[in-house]
Amino acid sequence: MKVEQISIFIENKSGRLAEVARVLGEKGVNIRALSLADTSDFGILRLLVDNTDIAQTTLKENGFTVNKTEVVAVEVPDEPGGLCNILQVLDDAQVNVEYMYAFVERNAGNAVIIFRFDDVDNAIAVLNEKGVSILSGEKLYSL
Amino acid sequence: MIWNDEFERLPREALESLQAKRLQQVAERVYATVPFYKQQFDKAGVKPEKIKSLDDLRRLPFTLKQDMRDNYPYGLFAKPLDQIVRIHASSGTTGKPTVVGYTKRDIENWTELMARSFTAAGANRGDILHNAYGYGLFTGGLGAHYGAEKIGASVIPMSGGNTKKQLMIMQDFGSTVLTCTPSYSLYLAEAAAEEGLDIRKFKLRIGILGAEPWSEKLRNEIEEKVGIKAIDIYGLSEILGPGVGVECIEAQSGLHIWEDHFIPEIIDPISGESLPDGEQGELVITTITKEGIPMIRYRTRDITRIIAEPCICGRTHRRLERMCGRSDDMLIIRGVNVYPSQIESVLMDIEGVEPHYMLIVDREGTLDTLEVQVEVNEQTFSDEIKVLQGLSRRIEKEIKDLLGISCRIRLVEPKTIARSEGKAQRVIDNRPK
Repeated sequence: MKVEQISIFIENKSGRLAEVARVLGEKGVNIRALSLADTSDFGILRLLVDNTDIAQTTLKENGFTVNKTEVVAVEVPDEPGGLCNILQVLDDAQVNVEYMYAFVERNAGNAVIIFRFDDVDNAIAVLNEKGVSILSGEKLYSL
Repeated sequence: MIWNDEFERLPREALESLQAKRLQQVAERVYATVPFYKQQFDKAGVKPEKIKSLDDLRRLPFTLKQDMRDNYPYGLFAKPLDQIVRIHASSGTTGKPTVVGYTKRDIENWTELMARSFTAAGANRGDILHNAYGYGLFTGGLGAHYGAEKIGASVIPMSGGNTKKQLMIMQDFGSTVLTCTPSYSLYLAEAAAEEGLDIRKFKLRIGILGAEPWSEKLRNEIEEKVGIKAIDIYGLSEILGPGVGVECIEAQSGLHIWEDHFIPEIIDPISGESLPDGEQGELVITTITKEGIPMIRYRTRDITRIIAEPCICGRTHRRLERMCGRSDDMLIIRGVNVYPSQIESVLMDIEGVEPHYMLIVDREGTLDTLEVQVEVNEQTFSDEIKVLQGLSRRIEKEIKDLLGISCRIRLVEPKTIARSEGKAQRVIDNRPK
C-alpha cells in the first residue's frame, strides 16, 4: 500500500518552480498533492502525480534531478483530533516520521496525510494493525 | 616506446653540458638581437659571455608576461619577420595578447617535441588521432596536429566546439586517441550519455589532455567515464605551445620536460629565490634552442616541483609534478593560499559528487568569503533535506580540514555550471581590487 512520490531538486531561483509546473502541464501530468521543503539555497519539491513515470522522464529530459520514493497516504476524518490520533499510534509503536504533508479530500470530508517513513514496511504494519485507512495509489490518483 | 632514443636517454652529464653550451649561445644571441634583453642584462650587470655554466643561469633576470605585453607585438622577436613562418598568440583575456613567432626551425623542433610527447603518451602511427584542441591563434590545435602527423598517426583536425559532431566523427571514424582539455573530455562523455551513447564503447584508448591544471582525482574520473588512459601534457605558447613536457604512459607520474630544449627552475613566487629540486614553487623556463622568440627565465606562473629521481621509462629528462595551479590562480583567502585544484580533489573524494564546481570569492566587510558551488546529481540527491545538508556539511568540513578555511557550500542544479570547450573557468573573484 505504498504510493510513489517524486522529488525534485530546485535551486532558489525565480522561475524554477514554474518551469516544473510548465513541463508537467505540457505532458498532461496532473499534480495530486505537493509539498515544498526549502532552505536558503535550495528546495525539494515533492509531488504525487497521476503518472509518476511520465513525470519523472519529462523532468529528467528537462535537466532536473529527480528521484522516486515510497510514501504512505493515510486517510483520517477531517475533524479536530484526527491527526493527533494517527501520530499517537505511530508514536506508541516508535515509528519515526521523516516528513509529512496533508491535503483535504474534496468530497469525502477526509484529510489525506502523506508520510515519509524511514521504515515503510514496519509503519504500514503498525497502521494496518490499528485499523487505520491507507490509500492505494490508484485511489489516491483518482481523488 | 621512445621517439628519439639518442636525446631522450642522453646521460645526465651529457645533457647538462649540452644545456650549458646552448644556454651560453642563447644568452649571447638575445643580447645581440633583442634590445629588451640587452637592457635587462645591463640593468642586472651581467654580460652574456660570463654565462658559462648552468649555475650562471641564476644571474640572469626574469622575463614576465608583462614584458611581452610591453613589447607587443614584435618587440621580443630575435629574428626579422621574413624569417618568421608562423605567428601565434594567447587569448588576451587579461589584456593585450602575448604574441609569439616561430622560425622554420622552431616549427621543426616543436614538431619533434610533440612527436616525442605523443610517443611517450603511448600514441603511434596506427592511431587515429582526434584533435579537439582549438586551431587558430591558440597553439594547441596546430601544435598537436604537426606532432601527430610526424609520428604518422591519422589526424582528424576537429578543433574545438560542435560537440555533437565531435561525437559522431569519433564514433564513425573510430578515433583511438583524443587530444583536448581534461574538462572537455568529461564534457564529451556527458554529452554522449545525453545522446544515448556510451563513450566508453568507442575505440578511444588514450586521451592526451592539457592546457589547464587538473588533479589526480579528476584523472581517475576521466579514465572511468571516458574509458581511456588519461595522459597529462604541458605547454604554454610563450615557451612553445603543447609539448614542453609530457607524462610517459609507463609511469603516468610527472611530466618529462624536454631538457635538451628547455631549462626548468623552481623559484619561490614571492621572493624569486631559486628552490632545490623537490620543493614546490613557480616554474621558470629558459628556452635554449628557440630562434624566433627565445625566452630567458620566463616566469610561467605555474606551480609545481621538479622530480629528479630517474623514471622507470628510461628517459633521463627530469619530471615536473602535475601542475597544482597557477600562482595567479592562487587565491589568498583570509591569508591562506588556496588553489582551485585542492578543492577539486576534496570534491572528487566524495562519492557521487560531480567534478564540476565553481568558486565564488567575495568580501563581507573586511572578511573574505568563499562559496563553493557543487552540482547535485541523482546519486547525491535525496528527498530529505537533512541528507543534502549532511552532504554540504561534509564537503565544508573536508575543505576546512585540508585548507583550514571555512566556506559555504551551495548545492546547485545539475549542468548549471558552465562546461568548457577550452580552459575551464573555476573561479569568480568578486573582491574589490
